[in-house]
Amino acid sequence: MTPQFDDEYRRRQRARARVTGWILGGLVVLFFAIAIARMMH
Amino acid sequence: MPSPAVPITPALPAEWRDFLALTKPRVMTLVVFTALCGLLAAPTHINPILGFTAILCTAVGAGASGALNMWYEADLDAHMKRTRNRPLPAGRMDRQSALHFGVALAVGSVLLMGLAVNLLAAAILAGSILFYVLIYTVWLKRRTPQNIVIGGAAGAFPPLIGWAAATGRVEALPVLLFLLIFLWTPPHFWALSLFVRTDYAAAGVPMLPVVAGIQATRRQVLIYTLPMAAAAVAPWPLGLTGAIYGATASLLTAWFAILAARVAVSRETDQALMKPERALFKFSILYLFVLFGALVIDRLILA
Repeated sequence: MTPQFDDEYRRRQRARARVTGWILGGLVVLFFAIAIARMMH
Repeated sequence: MPSPAVPITPALPAEWRDFLALTKPRVMTLVVFTALCGLLAAPTHINPILGFTAILCTAVGAGASGALNMWYEADLDAHMKRTRNRPLPAGRMDRQSALHFGVALAVGSVLLMGLAVNLLAAAILAGSILFYVLIYTVWLKRRTPQNIVIGGAAGAFPPLIGWAAATGRVEALPVLLFLLIFLWTPPHFWALSLFVRTDYAAAGVPMLPVVAGIQATRRQVLIYTLPMAAAAVAPWPLGLTGAIYGATASLLTAWFAILAARVAVSRETDQALMKPERALFKFSILYLFVLFGALVIDRLILA
């Protein structure tokens, strides 16, 4: 394991974690909106 | 078993862009568009949040099908120029990640569709994913030159899902739209397979030009165009759409048939010089987009 490899490994992990966080946040908002929409339906 | 060309465990974790690439985003645009058209053409109003959810689930379901297809076909993809840079054959991702990702998307999209929209739309979505993965990818693709004909049904589900999401029912118009895409797929894909047939031959996929020859494929392109034309125009005389759709469908289908006829009479064997085939392939994509767009405009004006 070179330092460059380690840096790249961490960079990819961070990028994936960030995208996963955005997706989960989006799903929370979507589920809330769906719940409101179903109640109004 | 994975092919030796496909590394089992890459050294670095896959990038998020590689997961996105597994979902075949370009195919997804057509899926989203036709599902949206099915939803908008339906004669009822759907809450915009639920409508958005239905389209999202359809898109994610299509992405799941793409990911599972790439998981299963990693060995084939490694042999084809068009597909060898995909995340699995290029060695940027391990197969298990692709499998887990595909299954998670499939289960998540069907569950959300069932809970948020309705069970019929969820059942059709589940059926379309299973059809694409099990019937087309696993069963037919490597076994029969008719793979595209039956596999085409998998891509024909989105307008049916959109309509079912809006109405909770399946009626004549969405079934005709299903038939249209089903019958459009063979000329569309065979036009492509004619000018990339060496790729398919190298990968051992029994596409029609590889198995039956170039001229037989050209005849089949024209033969399948005829029922496709009937399905495209039928909604107008049946009173399911108005003149906007009718005129657009008649004109575009006539041009499609002319291009298909040019393919049928062509004798070119050099893939690089197959202009009629390339023209038909490009036009076939535009054809579906414009036809479905005209359908929505027509239905909105009628409503």
